[in-house]
Amino acid sequence: MKPVALFVTCLVDQLYPHVGEAAVRVLERAGCTVAFPEEQTCCGQAAFNNGFQEEARVLARRFLDVFAHAPAIVAPSGSCADMVREWYPRLFRDTPALGDLARSIASRTYELSEYLVRVLGTTDLGARFPATVTYHPSCHGLRGLGLREEPLGLLRAVRDLRLVELPDAEQCCGFGGFFSIKFAALSGAMLSAKLDTIEASGAEVVTATDVSCLMHISGGLSRRGSRVRAMHLAEILAGS
Amino acid sequence: MPDRPTRIDLIRNIERALRDESLQRQMGKAMPASRKARADAAAELPEWESLRSAAAEIKDHVLANLESYLGQLESQVRALGGVVHWASDAAEARVIITDLARSRGVRRIVKSKSMTTEEIFLNPALESAGASVVETDLGEYVVQLAGERPSHLIAPVVHKPTGEISDLFVKKLGVPRYERPEDLARVAREVLRAEFLAAEMGITGVNFAIAETGTLVIVENEGNARLTTARPRIHVAVMGIEKVLPRLADLSVFLRILARSGTGQRSSVYVSLLTGRRRVGETDGPEELHLVILDNGRRRLLADPDLRGALRCIRCGACQNECPVYQHAGGHAYGSVYAGPIGAVLTPAYEGLEQARDLPFASTLCRACADVCPVKIDLPGMLVELRARAVRTGLAPRRDRMLVGAWTFFTRSPARFVLAGSLGRLAQRLLARGGKIERLPYPLSGWTAHRTAPLLASRPFRKRWKPPQEGPQ
Repeated sequence: MKPVALFVTCLVDQLYPHVGEAAVRVLERAGCTVAFPEEQTCCGQAAFNNGFQEEARVLARRFLDVFAHAPAIVAPSGSCADMVREWYPRLFRDTPALGDLARSIASRTYELSEYLVRVLGTTDLGARFPATVTYHPSCHGLRGLGLREEPLGLLRAVRDLRLVELPDAEQCCGFGGFFSIKFAALSGAMLSAKLDTIEASGAEVVTATDVSCLMHISGGLSRRGSRVRAMHLAEILAGS
Repeated sequence: MPDRPTRIDLIRNIERALRDESLQRQMGKAMPASRKARADAAAELPEWESLRSAAAEIKDHVLANLESYLGQLESQVRALGGVVHWASDAAEARVIITDLARSRGVRRIVKSKSMTTEEIFLNPALESAGASVVETDLGEYVVQLAGERPSHLIAPVVHKPTGEISDLFVKKLGVPRYERPEDLARVAREVLRAEFLAAEMGITGVNFAIAETGTLVIVENEGNARLTTARPRIHVAVMGIEKVLPRLADLSVFLRILARSGTGQRSSVYVSLLTGRRRVGETDGPEELHLVILDNGRRRLLADPDLRGALRCIRCGACQNECPVYQHAGGHAYGSVYAGPIGAVLTPAYEGLEQARDLPFASTLCRACADVCPVKIDLPGMLVELRARAVRTGLAPRRDRMLVGAWTFFTRSPARFVLAGSLGRLAQRLLARGGKIERLPYPLSGWTAHRTAPLLASRPFRKRWKPPQEGPQ
């Protein structure tokens, strides 16, 4: 049994707890024992991306304390995992002790599909999900963590799931955190282009590794009155 | 005249661009084609990634030894009979070039494409000095006729549908309306041919300047830069200090990555290596060669360890093609010479963060730019750094401070985070209609302008979590 600490992420915690529960089920199915360090809150990405590095450092400090001794930290989010992996070491580059801890934690932090496929070597979790599904590769998982085949491999192993290609899949959906509010019209235009490709794919369900992008995409689908549903990858993998 | 006193209103510019249906159609057509061309050209070379690394390394080496390579370049160009001028800023560069034109009685000037001359607002200065200036790159010629500025590093007119160019030619040149690009090019060629023959001075940019040999390298597809440097009596080349390369051998890396990253070509159609002015016994080439080497904020950037890497830029335009913001906004929205991700770094660096404070924020940090940059500039890292500087110097808008302030207040401890959820659920009761929120108040109204808002779960994950038998960890 592999012990892992779940970093559930702030959005999943408050908005999509069922995604967190699905992630736990999937990890357990893959042979992990899952702990949830209850002192966790947010990785600080929202502050960091907006230039508020002092505020981000406070939250990152908390993260480092909470997860200091976790053998592996798994998040149902490529974006938050990427924040820890890519930016934490830079955020603490001027404080050697914290910098070392940040690098150590960065080396133990994974996005869910990444952990399943790269670390555990699993693709088939025995899931069944009878629907036509398309996959949107979220930017930070794709270009930050280099996740291309991992989520697709997991989806291909799901029984009764028909995977269809998303045109221009690697184009950003336009979420970008506070960008979606500050540059609302632009974010809306990028979203609209993404929704067009989702609808053109013929999928009933669009999935991704991040609830943030999915929140934006599902908000757009709902506003459009589309029948396509947005679901996190963990929800599909937990299906039986 | 050119120096910009006011803040670039990026958000309004973008909103205007989004309402411009013709621009949106045009960008929607042009950008995917450029991206595909680059991706195919890069995929063709198994050594692509090592070429990128080599290019970045050479550029970093140059930047670390810049003054010594510039000194070497200067003495080589001088030894070849050229004159080297140093310009510390745009105004100095304009004075140098207009004085040259005036003192030599130059009335007619042809130019090939050069972003550096755009950066120093050269054309209006030359016109005030009594010379006519004609852009000879087809796209630049169109932009000049339209009284606009280039919107892209290598495709200056990418924002303009062909139909608008047809209309422009009818109006400005009095020719019949031609629809096909090749007919429009023929019309321009006829006009420009006469200009080449009459011009006394040719002004170009420089893609690479070789310190070892004093060679100026100009890359183009139309042959107009070659005519600009071959026919007129005087050649003035304008380059930023970062364009110098140590050896001629370094070109092999850069010519490959530039052509493939910019246009997806295996090689550019014309690569001119100009080594000195016309020598005794030679039948063509300029009698006078002037090289203007421009700082204009670059040495300040060089001294900035977090942003220095932006000086690696070879102006290929790949980051613009790849950027989803640029694709929708177009280049003009950035309100400056340099648009797209590299512009969002260079404009604040050159013109001041205060005027360009919104530019570094105009990105989802999707990193598409970093993935394609042939010299591996860490554009997302620089955008993040500039955002931090904007916040540190008090340039962040009130709404950002509110949003981030609230966010960090409520995420500082689990208790506060649970409280935030409870407060949110209370507010949600007032806002939700039929299980949906279609309108949120300021500062979140931007969200619901384009999307339905999600509902907070009735109980957060942490309240639903049941540790396995032994408890956590």
